[in-house]
Formats: sequence, structure tokens, C-alpha cells
Amino acid sequence: MFNWAEHRLLWGAIALLMTTASAAAAEPGHFGYGTTPTAAQIAGWDIDVRGDDGVGLPAGKGSVSQGESVFADQCAACHGTFGEGEGRFPKLAGGNGTLKDDRPEPTVGSYWPFAPTLFDYINRAMPMPTPHTLSSDDVYALTAYILNLNNIVPNDFVADRESLPKIKMPNHDSFVWTDPRPDTAAKPCMSACIDPGAVKITATAEGNGLTPKTTGPLDNMQPK
Amino acid sequence: MNKRPQAAKRGNVRPILWRGIRGRNLPVISKLAGQRNVALGRRTVLGLGAALTGSLALGAESAHSETSEMSPPADAPWSQSLGAGVVDRPYGTPAEFEAGVIRRNVPWLTAGTESSISFSPLQSLNGIITPNGLFFERYHAGRPDVDPAQHRLMIHGMVERPLLLTMQDIMRFPSVSRIHFIECPANGGMEWRSAQLNSLQFNHGMISCAEWTGVKLSTLLEEVGLKKEAKWAMVEGADGAHMNRSLPLEKCLDDCLIVYAQNGEALRPEQGYPLRLVVPGWEGNVSIKWLRRIKLGDKPWYSREETSKYTDLMPDGTSRGFTWLIDAKSVITFPCPEKPVSGPGLYEIRGLAWTGNGKVKRVDVSVDGGVNWQTAQLHEPVLSKALTRFTLPWRWDGKPALLESRVIDETGYVQPTIAQLRQQRGTNSVYHNNSIQTWQVKADGSVFDVQLG
Ligand code: HEC
Repeated sequence: MFNWAEHRLLWGAIALLMTTASAAAAEPGHFGYGTTPTAAQIAGWDIDVRGDDGVGLPAGKGSVSQGESVFADQCAACHGTFGEGEGRFPKLAGGNGTLKDDRPEPTVGSYWPFAPTLFDYINRAMPMPTPHTLSSDDVYALTAYILNLNNIVPNDFVADRESLPKIKMPNHDSFVWTDPRPDTAAKPCMSACIDPGAVKITATAEGNGLTPKTTGPLDNMQPK
Repeated sequence: MNKRPQAAKRGNVRPILWRGIRGRNLPVISKLAGQRNVALGRRTVLGLGAALTGSLALGAESAHSETSEMSPPADAPWSQSLGAGVVDRPYGTPAEFEAGVIRRNVPWLTAGTESSISFSPLQSLNGIITPNGLFFERYHAGRPDVDPAQHRLMIHGMVERPLLLTMQDIMRFPSVSRIHFIECPANGGMEWRSAQLNSLQFNHGMISCAEWTGVKLSTLLEEVGLKKEAKWAMVEGADGAHMNRSLPLEKCLDDCLIVYAQNGEALRPEQGYPLRLVVPGWEGNVSIKWLRRIKLGDKPWYSREETSKYTDLMPDGTSRGFTWLIDAKSVITFPCPEKPVSGPGLYEIRGLAWTGNGKVKRVDVSVDGGVNWQTAQLHEPVLSKALTRFTLPWRWDGKPALLESRVIDETGYVQPTIAQLRQQRGTNSVYHNNSIQTWQVKADGSVFDVQLG
């Protein structure tokens, strides 16, 4: 009735089952936790628009002039009527040809490589106090307006899922998308590495008044 | 009932102690106050009192041996009274004397505090783990306070079976714990052009390190099943910025973690509660906080945070994109501008080193501005993509000195000088300044952030 050969067979079978079970860890649905999102659930969150080809751009459209009025309402308080930027809020226009300057001005017009990214960012992150509350039409219109402020599209431009991917941004070709680092090859010299006479302090943070206090309560750096 | 008299008693301790400390150190204070006023303009004697209390904790001050109302032979009030009972503070807080050890910001850096950063007080931290309340902050649209019961993680796109997970679902998956640093690539970014901030905290405090617990991203990606065409993942947060970045699949399957815990407790809201991504060794902004969505695709997304921002502008007008790696970096955390030395004698130079490329192999220290170097001692544990501690005994002769540290990582990469970096990248690239920090020690022991030619 009890037979060692059978016993071994049984254990062999269990062992086999266990290996299959752990191999199945790589199989989709192995754990089976969670639910399958419905199409409506996915649609609600699936907001991304791909920068280089505009995949994900929704239906809808907006003109430069519509954009001008939405911008005045929702954006100008921070970014200025013409995208010049109030205070330290970012400039959205200008800066063309400054990227090699001592003080470059990267903006949508002078720096951004892809137009659909502008739709994507306004849609997901702006206006800063109430992000992701604008209609697609308004986001298209704002995109058109900001591109127009940068002289990238004409006054009668209408932004939609067809027109945006076709725009070639002025700085598009200046990006290298592979990391060239390491780009330095320092050697770990241990003694007499440089001439002691050549050790010169060229810059100091002493006394420039830029450093907040690092003791006591937070320092807002407002003059007292 | 019980609480009031005790609180009153403890309340009494503070003024006495403060009087004691100020009294003992008055000559030092007025001396330092003189210099600091030159350096910083608005330092008050009170502020320096706090600074000295802080440095007492380091044990570098001789004040310990002096007598006071509460030192030997006297018995201190806390030795002659009953202390507060358990659950007096059901969630513990640091000693009140450490009140100045906090995250701090540089108000002039950003338009507001909602898209901004704060810095960890490295000058007051010991060891490789950053306490949760002092972990540096970086928000793009402020800190959302997410309800974990409502939070969901959606994984979809080029997958076999799209998935919607609750926090409970995520916590059921096999769990792992790993110690990793997170560093903002803009750490040290204010120093590309010149020495600007006279502070360890403000020049290097956008790095922190924690033990993270969660599920491997690879486990979740196996569970949904990747389609053949899937090459990239877009990861997105539930904050107002809906902050999103693209990650190559290779990295996702290598060592990325989806975590819900930080140093043993639930993530702090500041670090992404209830769920964040940790991308070990890569620039902090890809470790998306308040993670709510992962979408698989065949190409990167080129989002605003990887085109307009987090790209490195070179002097020839070209820009480098997808520069994710945190190169090897080290910094001396004592002495530093916040923690000066107090007279000639023997000190332990202390510091931190890290690399996104694996483990720290060696750290060398120079006290003469890089002419001669000595190898420092590394302290266990030396973990991959984690902060590593180093120390070197130093007998200071009281003469001006230029302190530097230089890390070499396990790939053989050597931390460059700022001059070497500028030669390659100019001064406008904002991110990834991993250059050697020079601290100038003056004859009076004060320490300043300087750059060498
Ligand atoms: C309360 C102030 C505020 C308002 C209102 C506002 N923004 Fe912004 N905007 C910001 C800030 C701050 C940033 C930078 C955010 C960051 O870097 O994380 C920004 C960034 C941007 C950028 C990216 C700039 C760049 O070069 O990367 C664009 C484009 C933009 N906003 C468009 C808009 C539009 C369109 C509106 C109106 C619908 C708007 N903003 C309303 C404050 C505001």
C-alpha cells in the first residue's frame, strides 16, 4: 500500500509543480492582484502627448486669437501679457539666438525642441494654481498663442492634432539625446600634483550676502 | 493633570542652559560675530548662540570641560526631577536644542515655494541615513496630500494586461528594502559660474539617502506582461504638475523600485506619500513622487521636464538630453562654513561620497588645495548607489588651509575639479556639477566656500 517508488514520484511531482510555480512568476497575472482598468478609467488619466510626433494629442482646436484672451485671463498674471514673465516667473517668449551667450535666455521659442510638448505641459501643469482644468480647445489655443508670440506660427494659425506635430521648432536640431559622459578624465595624482604657487583662490562666497542663515528660524532674506 | 507641572519644570531648564552656554562662550561669540557680520551681514549674536549649541553636539568645543551651574560638581535639574512619561510625545520629535537643524531654502532662487527646493542640513547629520523630516524637498507644483485609500497606480500602454492597483494590492507583492541616495541634478548648480553660497547646506544639501521598501518595478512589469514593442516607460505623478519622465525599459527592469516606505515608516508626503518610484543612481527628478501611472511605449515622450528642463546647455549652444546618471561626487561635511574649527589641534575631517555608477572605491583628501592628497578611511557599509562616509584625522596647525575631497568610484571614474568641468561644459549647464568642493580654512578657524583657478 505504501510504496517508496510512488512516494518518490509524488515528491518529484510536487517539486516539478513548485518549479513551474516559481517560473510562472514571470507570467503576466501570476499574482492576480488588482483590477483591469476600464476604458473610461484609462481615458481619464491617459493625458500624455508625445513631444516628437504628437501621439496622444486629443480632438479639438484653437486659434491664436482665442489663445490671446485665455492667456490674458489665466496666464498673464505670472507670465506677462506677451509672455515676458512677471518677476521671477518664467519668460515664455524671446531669447532667440542667446543660447551661446554668457547669459542665455532659454524659452519656448529659443530652447524647446518640440511643439506638442507645449500642449502636453500646459494641459498637465498649467495654470499653476489650478492645473489640468482647461478644455482641450483652450490648451490648443494657448499653444497657438505662445508659438505665435515666438514668431513660430502666423497670426491665423490654428493648433490641432494635425498641425502641431508638423511644426519644426527653431532649436530642434541642437539636442543630443545620448549622454556623452564621462567627459572628463581626471587622474588621481597623490603628491606634488600642482605647483603650490599656482593654487589661487579665484572666487569666494565670503561676504556676497547671497547666503541665507543656516541657524535659527528660516531666513526669508527680507531686509529688516 | 500630570503634564502641566512637568512641562513647567522642563520649561525652566532652557533659560538656565542658554545662559550657561552663552556665558561660557562669550569671548568666542563676540569674536565670531565680528567676522560673520562681515561675511553675512545680518548674523545676530543670538543666531551664533544657536550655532555654538549645534557644534557642541559635535564635541569639538572645549566648553565641555568648563564649569557651569549644571556641569560637575553640580547636579542638573533634569537629574533631580521626574522626566516626562512614555507617550508624552506619541510620535517622537528631536530635542528642542536641535530646533535649528531643519531643511532650509534660498528664497531668491525660485518664484515661489511651490515649484522650488529645500536643502538637507548636512552639516548637522551623521551617518549615511537622512532622517525623514530632513530629507531634501523638490516640488514642481507643491506637496499634494494624497489619501492612500483613494490613490491608484495604473499600468497600461504596450502591456498584455493593463492593471489598476490599490495601495493594499501593491503592498501584497513581494517586498524588498534597499538603501539608496536621491540627488537633484541641480545640487551645486549655483556654483557653475562662481562661488556663491557660503554653506554646506545650500551647496550640497539636495542629496539625501534612505532605506526604501517596496516592490521591484520589474515584478510589476512582469505581472502586466510587456509587449515586444515596449522599449520605454512614462512615469507620472498625482501632483498638480502631473510630473512625468521617460525611462528606458532596461533601467526599469534593472533596479528601479516602487516604494511605500522610507526608513521604516510610510513615505513622508514630502517624499511622495503614499507611493513613489526610486531610480537608483539617476537624477532625482526621474524618481517620480506620488506615482500614479506607468505607461509603456516604444519611444521616449520628450516631456517638458526632459526638454525645457533637466537638459544641459553647452557653450556651443547644443544641449545634452537624457543625462540621467549621477556622476561620482564627494564633499567634506566637517569642517564646513557652518561648522568651523576652534583652534589648532587634532580634528577628524568627515565627509560623504556617492556615485550613481555603483560603489565608492576610494576617497582622497587634500588640505593644501590639491597639491598633495591622502587616502581617507571609508566606513561600512559601503553600498551601491548609497551615501558612503569617509574620515581622515587632521592635525591643524592653525595656518590657512584649503580642504578638498576627491572620490574615485568602482568604474575608476575620478571626481573632476570645477575647472575641468567648465572646460567641457562651460558655465550654463545648470545640472550635474559634481566637481570637487574647496573649503578655505582661515587662521581664525572660520571656513568659506571658494573656488581655485
Ligand atoms: C501662479 C503663476 C502662474 C500662472 C497663473 C501660470 N503659470 Fe505657467 N508657470 C509658472 C511657473 C512658476 C512655472 C515654472 C514651473 C516649474 O519650472 O516647475 C511655469 C511654467 C510654464 C511654462 C514652461 C516654461 C518653460 O520654459 O519651461 C509654460 C509653457 C507655462 N507656464 C504656460 C502657462 C500658461 C499657458 C498659463 C495659463 C493657462 C500659465 N502658465 C499660468 C507660473 C504660472
